[in-house]
Amino acid sequence: MSEQNTPAAAAPEPPAWRQVFAKIVNGSTLTSILSVVLALIIGAILIAAADSDVQEKASWFFYQPGDLFGAIWDTVAGAYSALFQGAVFNIDRSYTVQDFFAPLWDSIATSTPLIFAGLGLGMGFRAGLFNIGAQGQIILGGTLCGFLGYALHLPPGIHMALCVLGAFVGGAFWGFIPGILRAQTGANEVIVTIMLNSTAIYLLGWLLTQPSFKQTGSINPISPPVDETARFPAFFGTPINLGFLLALAAAFGVWWLMERSTLGFSIRAVGANPEAARTAGMSVPAATVWVMTLAGGLAGLAATSQLMSRVSDQLTTDVASTFGFDAITVALLGRSKPAGIVAAGLLFGGLRAGGYTMQAFTSTPIDVILVLQSVIVLFIAAPPLVRAIFRLPDPERRRKVKEVAA
Amino acid sequence: MKLELRAVTKKFGSFVANDAIDLVVEPGQIHALLGENGAGKSTLMNVLYGLYAADGGQILIDGEPVHFSGPGQAMAAGIGMVHQHFMLIPVFTVAENVVLGHEPTSGALINLDEARQLVRDISARFGFEVDPDALVEELPVGIQQRVEIIKALSRDAEVLILDEPTAVLTPQETDELMGIMRDLKQQGTSIVFITHKLREVQEVADTITVIRHGKVVGTALPTASQEELASLMVGRAVDLKVDKDAAREAEVALRVADLTLVDHSGLTLLDHITFDVKRGEILAIAGVQGNGQTELTEALMGLRKPTAGSITLDGDELVGKSVRQIIDAGVGFVPEDRSRDGMVASFSVAENMVLDQIGHDPFSHGGALAMATIAEHATTQVEQFDVRTGSIEAPMSSLSGGNQQKVVLARELSRELRLLLASQPTRGVDVGSIEFIHERIVAERDKGTPVIIVSTELDEVTALADRIAVMYRGRFVGIVGPDTSRSDLGLMMAGVDPNNKEEQR
Amino acid sequence: MSAQTIELPAMDSKALAPINWKFPIIYGILAVISLVGFGLSVGGDVWSGISVNTGFSRIQFAVPSQVTALVCTVIEIGLGIWAWQLTAARKKTPVGLPLGFGFCFVVAFLVRAVAGSEQSLQVTGLLQGTLFLSVPLIFGAMAGCVCEHVGVINVAIEGQLLAGAFLAAVVGSLTLNPWLGLLAAPVAGALVGALLALFAVRYWVDHIIVGVVLNVLVTGFTSYLFSTVLSEHKDVFAVPTVLPTLPIPGLSLIPVLGPVLFNQNVLVYIMYAAVVVLQIMLYRSRWGLRMRACGEHPKAADTVGIKVNATRVRNTILGGAIAGLGGAFFTVANGLAFGKEMSAGRGYIALAAMILGGWSPRGAVAAALLFGFADNLQNALSVVGVGIPSQFMLMAPYLITIFAVAGFVGKVRPPAQEGQPYKG
Repeated sequence: MSEQNTPAAAAPEPPAWRQVFAKIVNGSTLTSILSVVLALIIGAILIAAADSDVQEKASWFFYQPGDLFGAIWDTVAGAYSALFQGAVFNIDRSYTVQDFFAPLWDSIATSTPLIFAGLGLGMGFRAGLFNIGAQGQIILGGTLCGFLGYALHLPPGIHMALCVLGAFVGGAFWGFIPGILRAQTGANEVIVTIMLNSTAIYLLGWLLTQPSFKQTGSINPISPPVDETARFPAFFGTPINLGFLLALAAAFGVWWLMERSTLGFSIRAVGANPEAARTAGMSVPAATVWVMTLAGGLAGLAATSQLMSRVSDQLTTDVASTFGFDAITVALLGRSKPAGIVAAGLLFGGLRAGGYTMQAFTSTPIDVILVLQSVIVLFIAAPPLVRAIFRLPDPERRRKVKEVAA
Repeated sequence: MKLELRAVTKKFGSFVANDAIDLVVEPGQIHALLGENGAGKSTLMNVLYGLYAADGGQILIDGEPVHFSGPGQAMAAGIGMVHQHFMLIPVFTVAENVVLGHEPTSGALINLDEARQLVRDISARFGFEVDPDALVEELPVGIQQRVEIIKALSRDAEVLILDEPTAVLTPQETDELMGIMRDLKQQGTSIVFITHKLREVQEVADTITVIRHGKVVGTALPTASQEELASLMVGRAVDLKVDKDAAREAEVALRVADLTLVDHSGLTLLDHITFDVKRGEILAIAGVQGNGQTELTEALMGLRKPTAGSITLDGDELVGKSVRQIIDAGVGFVPEDRSRDGMVASFSVAENMVLDQIGHDPFSHGGALAMATIAEHATTQVEQFDVRTGSIEAPMSSLSGGNQQKVVLARELSRELRLLLASQPTRGVDVGSIEFIHERIVAERDKGTPVIIVSTELDEVTALADRIAVMYRGRFVGIVGPDTSRSDLGLMMAGVDPNNKEEQR
Repeated sequence: MSAQTIELPAMDSKALAPINWKFPIIYGILAVISLVGFGLSVGGDVWSGISVNTGFSRIQFAVPSQVTALVCTVIEIGLGIWAWQLTAARKKTPVGLPLGFGFCFVVAFLVRAVAGSEQSLQVTGLLQGTLFLSVPLIFGAMAGCVCEHVGVINVAIEGQLLAGAFLAAVVGSLTLNPWLGLLAAPVAGALVGALLALFAVRYWVDHIIVGVVLNVLVTGFTSYLFSTVLSEHKDVFAVPTVLPTLPIPGLSLIPVLGPVLFNQNVLVYIMYAAVVVLQIMLYRSRWGLRMRACGEHPKAADTVGIKVNATRVRNTILGGAIAGLGGAFFTVANGLAFGKEMSAGRGYIALAAMILGGWSPRGAVAAALLFGFADNLQNALSVVGVGIPSQFMLMAPYLITIFAVAGFVGKVRPPAQEGQPYKG
């Protein structure tokens, strides 16, 4: 089957508006938006179904169907409006301009660790490595960052820089292990990173029982707070701090590395076709180790926005929260590209921040956010499904057929 | 059973792979389907076997129209197929492979005794020696092919389709297969024999149908001359001879001495190989696929570490050097499996043009890519090598096989070489591009570069070579001149040195 | 791309093939640890208490710590030398060798661990706990085997366990009948399996991505319902029900093993059956042959009339059901109501057990038992008061798995085409 799949013969050019329309319909942007819409619909069903008011009205459905729809509307609209207000603008409960924008700043602050870890994971995905070890990498980054933060006492700028470096090195070390094992022995990085995630928790758990890590006088495994000198300066009384700018800088750095450097070229080549990369004289093991180490370092940086902020300045085994796992969905949603990851990080940061408001002011618990996130990613990963649901044309068909012919 | 295809059409998008093909296979006949690589033979047979759905036309068995929506139905109707790439599960035994899909059972479990007996019975009919309990992955190719035949016969196939069955066989094994085909015919099985090798067709076929560009271009009898068949097949007079002058006498550039490669399981893949290549000379390495050619090229490129021996290029030892260092030493490499080793399909043409040069001036400075230089380079090379692509930013996967190969060749020839190593340089490439590629290789030789060509196509070998080395089971059977007869080369490919007619192990 | 690789027949002797000294070296290192760490680190007059439940009565006795540990070490050294000789002679080491070595190593370790302690080592309890903690791992690993052999990577075991636990608890509570809960568990797992099949087989989404995301989905979904419906109507949805323990007459009286193996609830008995049936059916039945064909060489399966994608979908759902059944362990088998994220990463360990077990049900069970043992050991030893931090015991299974996949325990081949969509 080595038919010549000659590039499709030039068809007559369709009118310009159709081209624009086709671009939107075929492009991933529309699929992404529709995926979010679908997820919100599924979330709405869950929210409505679990609401006691709706359940009550449902039993009266045949007498007063209007009541049921009213109740559903109230519940869903209430939850989503709280979600929105918790994530973007606080419309109902603001007295000052600060109040109005406060949720947005919260969302941005929450998105910072997601962006860091997502950038790391995205790099791995593009190198064909399924690194799901961000969780452990954040923990190790946090361990070193936190230790340097409270154990040393240095002038402000230097202390901060050292803690950031510590977070990077800690995460990088935890990323290096699966990298070197994969490179040297072919050990499956998926398994190794899963195992290292759990190992990291127990390692930190043990460290926090040791005198050098444990806060004196505390019964709980918790470290002393990080010094003031090691904290990111915040902007204008908002929760946004230097960490977010650092994340944006990291995004740019990753873009440059992947698209404009020889190392990135090798990494992409190894990810797309390791055999060809090897034949072209690139070192697949070296690229693997580099990617995993850098990815681990980036994930480690996610710990800085936790420990070096005002939110939570003491090291616990919960330092990574679920950022490492959420970052997988962020990297997937952002299609492993830095700009996409920043956008996806902001979206999921917003969902997370808004989720707390929703939980506080309505009867809908934050767990529904997990459902929204995972459904969004599932749909985005399967564009044909989204198109089938919305009955959109299939732009892939022609390409696929040609692949068969090749 | 009489099998008839009427106006069968199969399209892939706008590409018509089979255009209204008519074919009649009479009972007890060997019907050869002759055509170039990519003429649409395999597609037709996959339609017949129910693997592809036809876009038009009819299949009739004994005059009754049938419709297959999957291979299961085709098999039930008595059609069996031996695929070019064997459809055997490597980790299953012979018996398990043969009964897969129609397993005899006793209770919940497979009746392995019955399965073994089935293999033995069919083997006995044709004098095969096949151990039903052997793991397929441990069997030599020739035997695997017999397992495929047994598999088809175990389902009472009345029409057996053999898709390029001789591609992986030595001339001797090919002869044995011809014998088996005749036996099958005698026992009443019809055979559709797909091939592009004229000699084989003449030897066994009863009827010949020639296909070109997805259309039937003619039928012939085996008595037709090779020239007639060839011109039918290719559509014009073929002259694979490349115009080239005799090699000039020059000093030796590459010396390979006692190169030996033993893999981790103890198999000897290369066995004390010794040869040299002079400047401005093409050494062609011929042989049936899988006799160590791949391993030899990989060892030369540093992709595999030889167990013993040395490779020196202009006096520099290459063994122990990394692939990177060998490329930098001036060795250009066209790998045999282009899409696997030679290119990154999702990368642009421009990126593929610098795939193995990216770490160097002028394409990068201090770790940063020189985007403008890369684009400029690509534009020049696309023009020089007549690569048909929409743009240099187009992904490599959008190019045809011939154009992809031109990109690979352009990349390798765009720098000063001290050795060119091209493996199967024209595999899966259209006829027009073959000539172009051959001319470029000869031009490189004329510049004084030593060239090694590895090819399983004797036509290519004889067209290009200044000297021919024949490989068999990891050894060089001999190195002979370009005017050696095909029959002698054939014997050598089976491990027999015609000058010394004693078979080598 | 050519899928055909041609192996050359062996020609000369194997004299040139390098000898792999990995195993003898590992044995050597372990024997040294055993000698120095367990044998020589304890005084000659210290005793280790051991307690065994024979099924009728409890027997307590003590052994001299150093002597026992040294005897074990000597056997280890002997086995190590044997392995060395076999390797030098290029012979295969028998399966019993690593098993025997491991047994001696563990005995030496345990004897050293309880040396001089007031408490004695509860052998029966240790074994019971091991089996207990292994149940969800074994079900999960079986699910992994089924899915991977048909060519689908199942990272969603975690989600399937959790879904099974959830539905078993809810149905058990609604009907006040743990048996119905047990029946419901595989249904929930199968649903997750069906989603995996939908995305992985129908839409060609990367199997690992689907698996990871499904785990998040199930966690979110069950946690959400737990926080809302289950918490609001505890009396309806969160009534714990428990499967009765059914001692098997006769068998449960076998000394030592009886109380461990045959005094269990029905879920454990189903597990025994599932392991045996799978081990046989996977390799000997029509179902097993066909599904493995789909995982090894789907195109070949297609050409003999096997519907590859349908087979994959069916078996992925079956795998999900098996894992879902294992989820019942967390709730109805233990008499617990559902709790948020109660599978706590067991699904991932099950996946590791399957890989460590070399994709065979038999091996997976052994690996799952090993993990269960390590998990249980930290409980057991903390009771005895041993100074090894519990975190390190908890880390052990993960570290063992890392060593295993890094090839230190020997390489096995996964199904050739796992994770590859079939676009036939």
